[in-house]
Order: sequence, then structure tokens, then C-alpha cells
Amino acid sequence: MTELLSGSDLCLFRGDRCLFTALEFALNTGELLVIEGPNGSGKTSFLRGIAGLLEFETGTVRWSSKRVTDDYQGFRADIVWLSHKVGCKADLNLLENLRFESGLRATDEARLQAVLERLSLSRLTELPLRSLSAGQQRRVALARLLLARARIWMMDEPFTNLDKAGHSLVEELISEHLADGGGCIVASHQALNVDGSTRRVSLQ
Amino acid sequence: MWTFFHKLASPPHFYDLAAKFIPWFGVIGAACVAYGAIAGLFYAPADYQQGDAFRIIYVHVPSAYLSMMAYMIMAVSAAIGLIWRIKLSHAVAAAAAPLGAWFTFLALMTGSIWGRPMWGTWWEWGDPRLTSELLMLFLYFGYMALRAAIDDTTKADKASAVLALVGAVNIPIIHFSVEWWSSLHQGATLVREGGPAIETGMLYPLLAMIFGFTFIFGALLLGRVRTEVLFRERRANWVRKLVLPEGDHA
Amino acid sequence: MNQPTLNMPSLSSGFLSVVRRDVLLAWKRPGDVLNPLFFFAMVSTLFPLAVGPSSEELAFSGPGVVWVAALLAALLSLNSLFMSDFEDGSLDQLILSPQPLPMTALAKALAHWLITGLPLVLVSPLVAITFQMPAQTISVMMVTLTFGTVSLSLLGSIGAALTVGLHRGTALLSLLILPLAMPILIFGARTVSLAAADDAVSAGVYFLAAYCMLTLTLAPFATAAALRISNE
Repeated sequence: MTELLSGSDLCLFRGDRCLFTALEFALNTGELLVIEGPNGSGKTSFLRGIAGLLEFETGTVRWSSKRVTDDYQGFRADIVWLSHKVGCKADLNLLENLRFESGLRATDEARLQAVLERLSLSRLTELPLRSLSAGQQRRVALARLLLARARIWMMDEPFTNLDKAGHSLVEELISEHLADGGGCIVASHQALNVDGSTRRVSLQ
Repeated sequence: MWTFFHKLASPPHFYDLAAKFIPWFGVIGAACVAYGAIAGLFYAPADYQQGDAFRIIYVHVPSAYLSMMAYMIMAVSAAIGLIWRIKLSHAVAAAAAPLGAWFTFLALMTGSIWGRPMWGTWWEWGDPRLTSELLMLFLYFGYMALRAAIDDTTKADKASAVLALVGAVNIPIIHFSVEWWSSLHQGATLVREGGPAIETGMLYPLLAMIFGFTFIFGALLLGRVRTEVLFRERRANWVRKLVLPEGDHA
Repeated sequence: MNQPTLNMPSLSSGFLSVVRRDVLLAWKRPGDVLNPLFFFAMVSTLFPLAVGPSSEELAFSGPGVVWVAALLAALLSLNSLFMSDFEDGSLDQLILSPQPLPMTALAKALAHWLITGLPLVLVSPLVAITFQMPAQTISVMMVTLTFGTVSLSLLGSIGAALTVGLHRGTALLSLLILPLAMPILIFGARTVSLAAADDAVSAGVYFLAAYCMLTLTLAPFATAAALRISNE
């Protein structure tokens, strides 16, 4: 078991409000890290801070035993980000969206087809995203996770707009990813049922 | 050396230090301006071409110079804030912008008033310096508008710092292009060829005015930065101690 | 364990993906391409109507009118450059993709030019003819417009990145970008005027080319920094 990510002495402000101070976390391969807390406790901000979208006031995040800021591009190749927004273009169809993604990530067409198969999206490839239901759009966002071949999955409220089947699909995907030696950070107020060791960070 | 900078960048220390400097700057500035104004307006000889109208340069030149100076201070402190993440220097940039805009406006006003007897119009597009000043004013407006549009102070600091730097790269280019533009324009050169070197009787008051304006600008800037620091640090303990009556700061 | 299969994607594939996506999006929403063009044509029509039909005056003011109209048309479309990416969460994905962000910013600006700048350059002769511009002048105008619109797309992308997510829209963006764009306007319009007067135009064309190179090198970095800040 090796360490994927860790952070120490993290402190974050939003405007004048201090969300947390002296926060620590660690994530090893095959582990799930759940960020818990009530609304407005800074779950999303914490996740965005780890991803480098926000700046922590103090503290450092380490990835593969170096500081994230020292090799931010390498870090970005090793993470994939899923927020409550789909992050795809509503005017383009599924295939065009995912081809764009694989252009950014340098993945091949065979993998793309395998991912579509896995998420049972193959029938929907020709439709523009705006004509899909919210739940189907979420699956497109999930496809990005599989497409990216990154070790660290960062998910902000992954169950948004998903039905029961979708919910268990997410849990299944996470379990597989952990078994595969990946790591996963999830900010959610819903319970997760996943095979693999789980760590928790609670925010007030 | 570094400890000195670190201490300077600490808001409470700066707040106290600035308070000590402001009166000195104010007194030196007022003295220089008083000498410059009296000597410039009453004792300096009239210009052989422009008569008494030239005397407006005692306000115009220092303001024009300060409008550039303020932008430079703004851009440099914005860069320092962006690179070394020193919050105080963002406060300096924020405080310098409205002052710079005011001096730019003053330079424009006096330039225009001077233009009235010289060119017979309040505004002469052919003069590259006035046009440059006008664009400078717009740059300040853009900077302040961007700041005003962003609610979060930290974000406003960083975003406006990027804008200030882009502006700083562009200013020389803008000046150059305006210069080129008006050089193609006939009639722009009527008073621009400075003629003989300026006479010492005119020069010393001008230097005194430039000196005095700079010190007054310094005092105003320090004062504004103090206010800015006080506002930004309003949650900090030292501000509470300063503002609230004894024993009331929980 | 699966040791990081860190496959860094090639720069060109990421760059081309971004350009291709934005052009494809414009293809699916042709209004985004056509509206600035109509605006350009419309603004150029305003001047003769306001100034009067005297062809001498029109020939004299033609270069300036075309350039002002082009500047405004480019500004009009800049506001949306990062807006939809910001709203649907694509901006997070772009920032967190393994591509260097300045490269992505450059690709976005280039796509913006392909969508708005290039059509504008191609349409400009039509407007120029109505202003009695001779053929020689029209070719100079197209060259200056090409360099100028590329610079505008790049310069404008900085402003668009700074204002993305702010609900002040085009007015704020114009206030930020217009003063910075003055050198482009000055050299662009004056060079066309000089061409109309059969004067030497090389100085202006060289300047615009140099300015274009400057923005090509520096603007993507400023845009990238601004995007990171705005997306916080």
C-alpha cells in the first residue's frame, strides 16, 4: 500500500470566514476518503483545494511524496474530477464530448468504446447531450472517470440526479477502481457502500 | 534585509509606521508646493511665446508625472502581491488606483485649460500627450471597475493585479502608437517643439512642485493604505484592540 | 499495484481538441458566428446614414469606420468566450486536464478568431466597397484586419477570462479591453488611410504583425492566470 495523496496543516478561508484550520488527510492506494459535513461546512471547497482549484491559506498537499505545486501538470494527469456539474457541452453529442476528452487525455478509441459499453451508453452516442435526461448526463460524466485512466478520482456529490441503479453503479465503479489500486476522494452527504478501506474527514 | 521586509509587510507594523511618516510627508510636500506656487505664479518670468498661460505647467507637469508614477506603483505592487503573495502590497495597489485616476484627471483638466488660449480649443486631438493621458484615465477606470465588480477581496486583488500588469506592458505601446498617430497629423506640432531650454527661474519652482506633489501623493497614499489595511484586517485582534474601547474586545 | 501509467498527452492533440470542439460548437450554433458579422455590417451602415451620402466623405472615413465596427464586433462575441465553459463545469475540466493551461487558452483564442475574426476579415471587402475603397486599399485593409483580429482575440481572451462569472457582461469587458486595444485600432485604421492616400504602409503593417506576435507570446499566460483566479 503506497501513499497517493496527503495534506497537512491545511487552512481555508472563503471571504472572511475560516472554513477549517490545521486539517490533515491521507489517501493510500485502494482507499476511499469520504469528506463529510453539513451544508456550508466547506466539503466542496476542501475538494477544490486539494485539486488546486482553490488556494489553501496555509499547508501543503503532497502527491507521490512531492508537493503538488511542484509538479502540478503531472498531478493533473493523475487525477480526474467529477463535480455536480456535468462538465460537458450540451450542444455536442456524447461521442463528440468524449472524443474531446480523450484528446485532452490521450486515450484511444478502443478504450472509449469499452467505456461506453460498460456504462451502457452505446445507444445514446448520436444524441446531443441536452436531449438526454439528467441521470443519463451524469453517466456521461461518469464515463470521463473511466476514460481518464487516472489513479485518483475526486468526486463532488457523485450521486446528484442519479436513480437507485445509478447510485449502485457509482459504488460499483468506485469499488472496482479501489480494487485496481486506485484511490478515491468523495465529498458527499449520502452514505456510500463500497468494498475497500474507508477513511473519513469530518468538517464542522 | 529580509526580516525588514517581513516586518514591513506585517499589517499592524505598517499601520503604525505609516502613521509616523504621513505628517512628515505632508509638511515637506506642503512646503515645496507653497514655494513652488508662489515662485512659479509670481516670480518666474512670463514665457516669451505663451505669456502667463504657461504657468499652468506648475500643476500640469507634476500631475501628469504622478499619473504615470501611480500606475507604476500600482503595477509593481500588484506584481509583488501576485508573486510573493504579500497582502499588503495588494492593499497598496488598491489604494493607488483612485489617486492615480485623480492626478490623471487633473493633468487632463489643466492640459485642456492650457489648450484653450494656446490652440483656441478646449480639446486638441492632435496632441499625443493629452490623448495618452485620456487613455491612461480609461485604464484606471477599467482597473477600478474590475475591482468593484468582484465581491471577494482576495479574488479582486489577484484579478486586478493581472489587469494592472497587462496594462503596464501595454502603456509604452499605447504611448508609442498615439505618438505615431499624431505625427501623421498636421498642425500638431505648433507648440510641441519645446524651443530653447527652460529658464532656471521657471525650472526651480517646477522642480519644487514636482517634489512637493510627490510627497503629498505619498502622504495621501499612505493614508489610503492605512484605511485599506484597517478594513481588510477588520477581523484581526490588533484592529479590535485599536478600535474597540478597552476591555471590550472579546 | 498499477504504477502510475502516467501517459502525458501530446501538446498538439490537446490543442487541436480544444480548437476542434469550439469550432464544432459554433457550427452547431451558427448564430454565434453570424451575429457579430451582422453587427459589423450594421454598424458600418450606421455611419453613412448618420454622416450623409457624400462619397468623398465616406471614402475618407471608410477605413476608420471599418476598423471601429470590426473592433466592436469582436468585443461583442468575446463575452461568451469562457462563459458557457464556466457555467456547465467544462472550465474546471479544462483547468484540471493534463494540458498546460496557457496552451488551452491559446487554443480557445485561436478558435475564437476562426469563428469571429476570420469571417469578419472575409466579409470586410463587401463593406469596404460601399465606402468607395479601391482594390489596392482593400488588400491592405484585409492584411491589417487579419493581424488586428488575431491580436484582438488574444487580448480579449484576457478580459474575458478576468470577467468570466461576473454578471456585468459586455460593458465591463469593453472597459477593460478597449483602452488596451487602442494601438491595434490606431495602427490598423491609419495604415488603411495611408494606403488610400497612396502612402507607404509598411510601418503600420510591421507594427501590427509585431503586436500580433507579442500578444501570441504573452496573452495566453495572462489568460491562464486570469482563468485560475476567476474560477476560484
